[in-house]
This record gives sequence, C-alpha cells and structure tokens, in this order.
Amino acid sequence: MNVINHHLTDELLMGYAAGTLPEAFSLIVATHISMCDECRARLGSFDAVGGSVLEECGSHAMAEDSFSEVLGRLDGAPNSQPIRVETETSNGANHADSFPWPLAEYVGSDPSAVKWKSLGGGVRHSVIKTSKGATARLLRIPAGMTMPDHGHNGLEATLVLKGAYRDDDGRYGPGDIEVANEEFDHTPVAEDGEDCICLTVTDAPLKFRGLVPRIAQPFLGI
Amino acid sequence: MNGSGNGKADWVAHMHRISTVRDKAAFGELFQYFAPRVKAFLMKSGADEGLAEDCAQDVMVTLWNKAHMFDPTRASVATWIFTIARNRRIDALRKDRRPEPEDLAWGPEEEPDQADVMTLQQETDRLGEAIKALPEKQRELIEKAYFGDLSHGEIATETGLPLGTIKSRIRLALERLRHTMR
Repeated sequence: MNVINHHLTDELLMGYAAGTLPEAFSLIVATHISMCDECRARLGSFDAVGGSVLEECGSHAMAEDSFSEVLGRLDGAPNSQPIRVETETSNGANHADSFPWPLAEYVGSDPSAVKWKSLGGGVRHSVIKTSKGATARLLRIPAGMTMPDHGHNGLEATLVLKGAYRDDDGRYGPGDIEVANEEFDHTPVAEDGEDCICLTVTDAPLKFRGLVPRIAQPFLGI
Repeated sequence: MNGSGNGKADWVAHMHRISTVRDKAAFGELFQYFAPRVKAFLMKSGADEGLAEDCAQDVMVTLWNKAHMFDPTRASVATWIFTIARNRRIDALRKDRRPEPEDLAWGPEEEPDQADVMTLQQETDRLGEAIKALPEKQRELIEKAYFGDLSHGEIATETGLPLGTIKSRIRLALERLRHTMR
C-alpha cells in the first residue's frame, strides 16, 4: 500500500461522526477511511466525542413497560461467537485493482466495468446515485491530461483511487484526498503512465473557466 | 467505566457478560443507564417522544444482538452505543443512507489485550473530561454538532468549535492504533 499524505479534514470527520453529512460526502469519507488507518483512528476520536455528548446530555425516562418490551424482543439463543472469515475481499491490499468496499457497494468492485460518459477531451465521468444535497461521481482523466481549469461554488472533495495527479498543492496518489473550498482554483494534471480515476464529491456545480466546458456544462449535468 | 475507581460501572465487563453468556441482568443495568440517555439524545436531535422511545428500544436490542462485535480496544461502551444511536437516527429521522468504512481484517480478537482495553477506556475518559472542562459556549457548539443542528458547512465555518481540543487527543489515538496493529 502506498503512503497516504493527504487526509480528511477535521470538519468532514466531525460531520461524519455526527451523522450530518449528505450521503455523497459520507461515501467519500467511508471510502478514504477504508484506505487510511490514520483517519480511521482520528474518526475513533470524533466518535468518542459523540459518546461523551450522549453520556452528558441528560436522560429522559423510558416508558413504564419499556424494559419488558425490549426483553421480549431479545433473542435468547446463545451468542454465536464472532467468526472472522478472512475472505480475500475483506482485505483491500489483496486487490489493488478493485474499488474499496464502501464504493463497491455503489458501483461494483471492478473499475473496468464502470459505464463512463464522455466530458470531452478524453475526460470521462460516471455519476453515482445518492440522495440530494451533494453529488458524487467517478472521474477518469487520461494519463498526462490536464483537467479543465475550474473553481467551486461550494465544497469539493477528491479521492484518488488509481493513478495520480498533481496540482499547485502537490501530488495526489491512491488514497490521497483533497478537500477544496470555494476560494480555491486548481488545474489538476494526471501523471503520465496510467489514467487517473478519482471519486469526487461536490455540494454545488463546478465552475469551469474555459468557454467550451462552460457551454457544455448544463448538458453534461456536472 | 474502566475499574479505575472513579465510581462508574464497568460497562466493558457488562458487555463481555452479555456477549459470552447472554447475561440479562448485565443487560438490565446497561439498559437502565443508557436507554434514557439515548432517548434524551434522540429527542434533542429532533425526535418526538414516541419516536425517541421506539428508537431507544431498537438501539438496546441492537446492542444485545451485536454485542459480540463490540471491541473494547477501539471504543468505550458509551461511544459504541452513540454510533448505534446515530445510525438509527440517520435511518429514522433523515431517512438517508450512510456508507460505512470497510471493517478491519485484524480485529476484534476473541480475547482483547487488557492493557489495550485500559488505555482506550482511560483515553476516552480523558477526552470526556476535556470536553466537560470547555467553556460553556464551545461545549454547546459540540453538542449542537452531534445533535445534528449544525450542517457540514456550518461545522466548517464555525470558528468557535474547539477542534483543537479534540485534535490534542488524536495523537494518542494514533499511538493506540499503532500499538493495536503490531
């Protein structure tokens, strides 16, 4: 597994722990955490904050017959001990070419089975169906290609799945996540050698600077 | 909570009894302490009393059914119950889907290392103390975030959120993770 240098922001981790992110952002957070033990540990801290809030937020008496109702719903059978099935699919490292599990739940695990739509210039994308509030898509940039110059109206998160790209902020390889806000303009360039496949999530449409992408934008639905 | 003599019940041991011998007395004590807190948490998250009662019951049933999945080297009992309650809330109140990370291939083990359990529980207690010691305004903001009253945009722009306090605990979390992975 390559080293991950670009991580989730505290704000996204807290939103995910609090359970208030739109589905598309939860998807990119869960996918990154599946690839990044450091952010998994950080999420543990943010979950623990929730545990503290739960313990300290007071209590409200349960209904009188509540406990007996719950007892009636309990399965009395002896607990089956956890069976740790070490399937190959439970370990992403064995399948460098397949998508991490949370993403595979949405698009399948095989990157070559994605149904791409052209964005022009060899760049392709595939929108992932999630609830409203934010949009998730897979983006495929041909090796060596520059993405159209674009800014954002809102928040954009980009997670590299295959290949790598560079922009003003550095190099982004598999597992790296870039979180950009509206002040940020960038022109990612895919590295030579292999197409770069990313999961990107936006909570507002991208603003492309070039004329052609701007005209095409309403038709492409990006 | 960790047998360190602070007067709290040893919830980890309760979970162990529920998981291994399906101990209903231990479950009853957990219920008595946590169910009213889960209900209050859900009501502060916007559920009316009837829905909060139903969901709190669901959370306690889930605790019983999934007791074997509780890993005391990764979370305190309160933290674990919070994650169940949060997921129930997303389901019932927001009717949204929540993608979860892929589970780790290296845990939970059948007999977790007691030193790891102690460390995790103590760190969690310390994080709780740090939050309690915050100025009231900051603590209220954290509560608002976890009750679901702050959108992700508001979390990003709200300068009063004491993310630094949480961050100072993260270093410890990383050390723990490395230890667990060895």
